[in-house]
Amino acid sequence: MSAHADELMDYDQAVSLFDPVIGLETHVELGTNSKMFCSCPTEFGAEANTQICPVCVGLPGSMPVVNAVAVESTIRMGLALNCDIASWCRFARKNYFYPDMPKDYQISQYDEPLCTDGYLDVIVPTDDGPQVFRIEIERVHMEEDTGKLTHSGGDTGRIHGADYSLVDYNRAGIPLIEIVTKPIPGTGALAPVVARAYVAELRNLMRSLGVSNVRMEEGSLRCDVNVSLAKPGEPWGTRSETKNVNSLRSVERAVHSEIERQSALLTSGGRVIQETRHFHEDTGRSTSGRSKEQAEDYRYFPEPDLVPVAPSLEWIEQLRASLPEAPAAKRARLQESWGITDFEMQTLVNTDALDVIEETVAAGVEQSAARKWWMGEFARSAKEQGIELSQLRVRPADIVRVEALIGEGALTDKMARQVFEGVLAGEGDVDSVIAQRGLVVVSDDTSLLAAIDEALAAQPDVAEKIASGKVQAAGAIVGAVMKATQGQADAAKVRALLLEKLGVSE
Amino acid sequence: MGDLMGHDLTRQSASTLADAISQGEVSAEEVTKAHLERIAEVDPRVHAFLYVDSDDALAAAKGVDAKRARGDRLGALAGVPLALKDILTMKGVPTTCGSKILEGWRPPYDSHVVERLRTSDIVILGKTNMDEFAMGSSTEHSAYGPTRNPWDLERIPGGSGGGSSAAIAAFEAPLAIGTDTGGSIRQPAAVTGTVGVKPTYGGVSRYGLVALASSLDQAGPCARNVLDTALLHAAIAGHDPRDSTSINAAVPDVVGAALNGDVRGMRIGLVRELSGAGYQAGVEQRFREAVELLEGLGAEVIEVSCPHFEYALGAYYLILPSEASSNLARFDGMRYGLRAGDDGSHSVEEVMAITREAGFGPEVKRRIMLGTYALSSGYYDAYYGQAQKIRTLITRDFDAAFTQVDVLISPTAPTTAFKIGEKVDDPIAMYLNDVATIPVNLAGNAAMSLPIGLAPEDGLPVGLQIIAPPMTDDRLYRVGSAVESALVDKWGQLLIEEAPAL
Repeated sequence: MSAHADELMDYDQAVSLFDPVIGLETHVELGTNSKMFCSCPTEFGAEANTQICPVCVGLPGSMPVVNAVAVESTIRMGLALNCDIASWCRFARKNYFYPDMPKDYQISQYDEPLCTDGYLDVIVPTDDGPQVFRIEIERVHMEEDTGKLTHSGGDTGRIHGADYSLVDYNRAGIPLIEIVTKPIPGTGALAPVVARAYVAELRNLMRSLGVSNVRMEEGSLRCDVNVSLAKPGEPWGTRSETKNVNSLRSVERAVHSEIERQSALLTSGGRVIQETRHFHEDTGRSTSGRSKEQAEDYRYFPEPDLVPVAPSLEWIEQLRASLPEAPAAKRARLQESWGITDFEMQTLVNTDALDVIEETVAAGVEQSAARKWWMGEFARSAKEQGIELSQLRVRPADIVRVEALIGEGALTDKMARQVFEGVLAGEGDVDSVIAQRGLVVVSDDTSLLAAIDEALAAQPDVAEKIASGKVQAAGAIVGAVMKATQGQADAAKVRALLLEKLGVSE
Repeated sequence: MGDLMGHDLTRQSASTLADAISQGEVSAEEVTKAHLERIAEVDPRVHAFLYVDSDDALAAAKGVDAKRARGDRLGALAGVPLALKDILTMKGVPTTCGSKILEGWRPPYDSHVVERLRTSDIVILGKTNMDEFAMGSSTEHSAYGPTRNPWDLERIPGGSGGGSSAAIAAFEAPLAIGTDTGGSIRQPAAVTGTVGVKPTYGGVSRYGLVALASSLDQAGPCARNVLDTALLHAAIAGHDPRDSTSINAAVPDVVGAALNGDVRGMRIGLVRELSGAGYQAGVEQRFREAVELLEGLGAEVIEVSCPHFEYALGAYYLILPSEASSNLARFDGMRYGLRAGDDGSHSVEEVMAITREAGFGPEVKRRIMLGTYALSSGYYDAYYGQAQKIRTLITRDFDAAFTQVDVLISPTAPTTAFKIGEKVDDPIAMYLNDVATIPVNLAGNAAMSLPIGLAPEDGLPVGLQIIAPPMTDDRLYRVGSAVESALVDKWGQLLIEEAPAL
C-alpha cells in the first residue's frame, strides 16, 4: 500500500522508449428486468435491500435459476463481436470470502465461456486520418454482480480503517457480462486513445443491441485495464491491472499514467510487479493494491446447482439473423446521408448524440436542425446536469413540434429556446410550456404599430434619419420594439411595418 | 382396519391414520396430540427432535379437521404427523442443520418439500436431529448431542438423518423426511429397522434443502412400512422450476407399485463388490436369506460385477468435501446465525474466521479443509478431476449392470448399529459405513433400505438395499413391497414391532 506518489516519465519520451501492450476486461450490467438467478427486479436507485430474496441474498437452501434473457443477450453480444458461441458450457463457482458476496462465492464462468474468439474494429483519428485497429476478443461470459459496500468512518473510504460498513444487496445477482480482450500490441503512442475508443465502441454496440443502457455514472460499465511495456523487439513485460476504471476518460487516463509510471520504473532500474492497482478519478493516477504474486486461489469448479447452458444451433442462427445494423456501418450510412464530415461525425459520436439525432431525424426533423438542437442547447444542459442526452426530458417528438411551430411562424428561434428551457426544466410538454409561459408571437399589427410609435417617440433623432432614407438606422427601432414585446414579435414584420409607416423602402 | 378406539394411535401406520381421519373415526388433532405426548414421554431419552412445534402442529391438525367438517376432499396423508429433518427450511421455524453456526436462524421461506407437505395437509411436528450439516453416519456429530437408537439407547441411530429414523422407530411420528447425500436416509433406516428411500437425483426439489454437496443431495421419505413410504414419496416428488436439477417428467407410480408387490419374472442383480470383507456375519446371513426369499417369490437373482465401486468411497470423499467447502462458505457471521469476535477489535476477515472457528464442529472443519485442498490450484486435476472420472466409471458400471437386471441389491450397511462413541474418533471407520450406499449417490440412482431381520449375534436390525435406474423409483416399491409382505407373513408383524418398549 504505497501512499507516496510514483515517479512518472514524460509520456512522449515513454512511448519513444517502450511499446505498450494493453488489455481490457470490461464488466457490463445487462438491462434485463430481473436478476441473473432469481426474479428480483434490477431497477437502479431503489432503497437499500428492498430488491432481494432468499436466492440473491444466498440464504441457506436457496438455489439459482438461469435468466434466459441474460443468456440470449450474451449470445447476441458474442455474435455482434464475431465470436464463436459454445454449443455447451457451464457456470463455475469462484470462491472467495468478502462481505459483499452473499454466498462467499460468485457464480461466473471459468474455462467454459459462452462466447470465444471474436474481434471488434475501432477507429481512432490520427494526424494521418482515421486509423482502424482490430481488437481481438478472447471471451465473453456471464456472471452475477456482488452487493455494494459503503464504508463509514476512517478517511480512506475503503473497508480497511472504516468504523463500520453497510451492505446493499440490491445489486447482488444483477446479470453481468464480462468481455475480455486478448493482449493488444502495436498501438504505440495511441494506446490510451485506442483503449478509450474500444470501450466507447463496446458501449455503442451494447446500446444498439439493446442488451444494456450502459449508464456509466451508475456503475453499469466497469473496466479493468491491463498495461505492460516492452522495449521494441523484446518480449512483453510484466503487466499491472488497474481495477474499476469507470468512465471513458478514466480509461484513457489510466493507460496514459500507467505507461508513464512503468517507464519511469523500468528506466530507473526497477521492475514492474504483477499487481492490481486502484485508479483515482481526482488525480488521474493509480496506487498499488494487492500483489498478484500472493493472489487468492479462487478454487473454481463447475456450479453443481445449475445444468449446462446448451444453446441450439437453430437458436444461435436465429439470433444472428436478427442482429441490428452494427454501429460502424450505421455511422458510415448516416454520414453519407447527412453529408457531414469525418470530424462532424466524430463530434456527434463523442457527444453520444448520434442515436438521439437519428431518432429525431426519423421522427421528421431536418437533420441540420436535429443536430443544431442536440449539439447545442441540449448537450450543454446534459453536461451541466452531468447526465446523458438520452436522459434529458426532451424527446424527439418535442423537437418535431417546435420545428413545426417555427415553420408556421408561431414561434421565433429565440422563443423556441425558451420553450425547450421549460421542457428541460420539467414544466411540461411543448404546448403546455408555451401556454404557461405565454410564448405567443406578437403579430397583431395594432399592438406592433403602437410599440413602433412609442419607440419612434423615444428616439426622434433616429426617426428623422430613417425618414430621410437612412434605412440602416431602422435596426435601433426594431431592437427597441423587440425589447418592448419581450422578443415575441417577428423582427422582419416589425421592420416592414416601420418602413411602411415612414414611407421609405429598402 | 376398523375402529381405532382403544388403540394406541402412535402405533398405527400413516395410511391407517389417514383413513381413520378421513372417515371421522379419529380427529387429526387427537392424532397429533397422541404423538406430541409420545414425544414428551420418550424424546428426553431418544433425543430425535431438536425442535417441537406443538402450537403450529396442533393448528395444522385442527385445519385438517375443519376441512373435513366442511366436506373438502382430503389428501392421502391428510392429518398424519411427520418429523422433518432440520436441514429443510420451514418459514419462521428454527433451522440449525445440527450446527451452532445456525443457532437461532429462522428462515423466511418454506422449502419445496415443506410446501408440498403443507399442500398435502401433513402435520409437521418439528425438526429432527442430524449430524452437523449432514456430515456423519451416527448423529454423534450434531452440535446438540447425539440421538439414540430406540432398539438400544447405547447405540447410534445412523446418520446423518438419525433423528428422523429414530423418531419413526420410537413411534414419535409415523412419517419423516430425510436427506441422503451418501446414505443418510438408507443407513439410518437400516440400523433402526425402518424403511427409507433416496429418490432418483432430481426427483424431489432441493429448493430449501440446505446444501451439503449439491450434486449428491436428495431429500426422500422415511416410514415404518413400504406403502407409507410410497405415499410420502408421491407427496413430495415432482418438478420444481426453482431447482434447475429437478427432473421435468412424470413421477413414477410409486404408490401403485407399493400396492402391487410382485417380483415374479424380475431379474435382480447381486452386486459382488458389496459383500465380503468388512461385512458383519449376521448382516451377510440375513442378506443371503433375503436373496433366497426373492428367489422363492419368483425373481431370478444373478451376480453382477461393478468393478469401479472399489473407488467410490475415495471419489466421494473428494467430491463431497469440495462442494461442501463452497456451499458452507456463506456461514461467515455476516448475515444470519452465529457471529463471534465482533467486539470492535477485529477486522471483517477476522470476524469471519473467528465465527467459523467457533461455529463449526470438527467433522465439518475436516471436510472443509479436505475440499479446499482438493479444489486448490495445482491439485484440482489430481483430486477433483480424477474423482469426477471415477464418478463417470461408476455410472457406467450401473448402466452395464442394468442392461442385465431390473434392480440391484446389497446389504444397506456393512454392520448393525454400533455403540455411541465407538467410531467417532476414527473418521475412516465412520466413512466405511456408507460403502454400499455411496455409489448410488454418485450415479444419481434411486434406492431403498428395507428391514430384513435381526442379526443373530446382536439382535439388531439389518437392512436390504434395493437400487433402481434413474426415474424407475417404482421398481424399489414393487420389490420392497413383495419382500415386506413375505416377511410379515413369516413374522406375523413388521420387524419394528419387535423393538423393545422404551
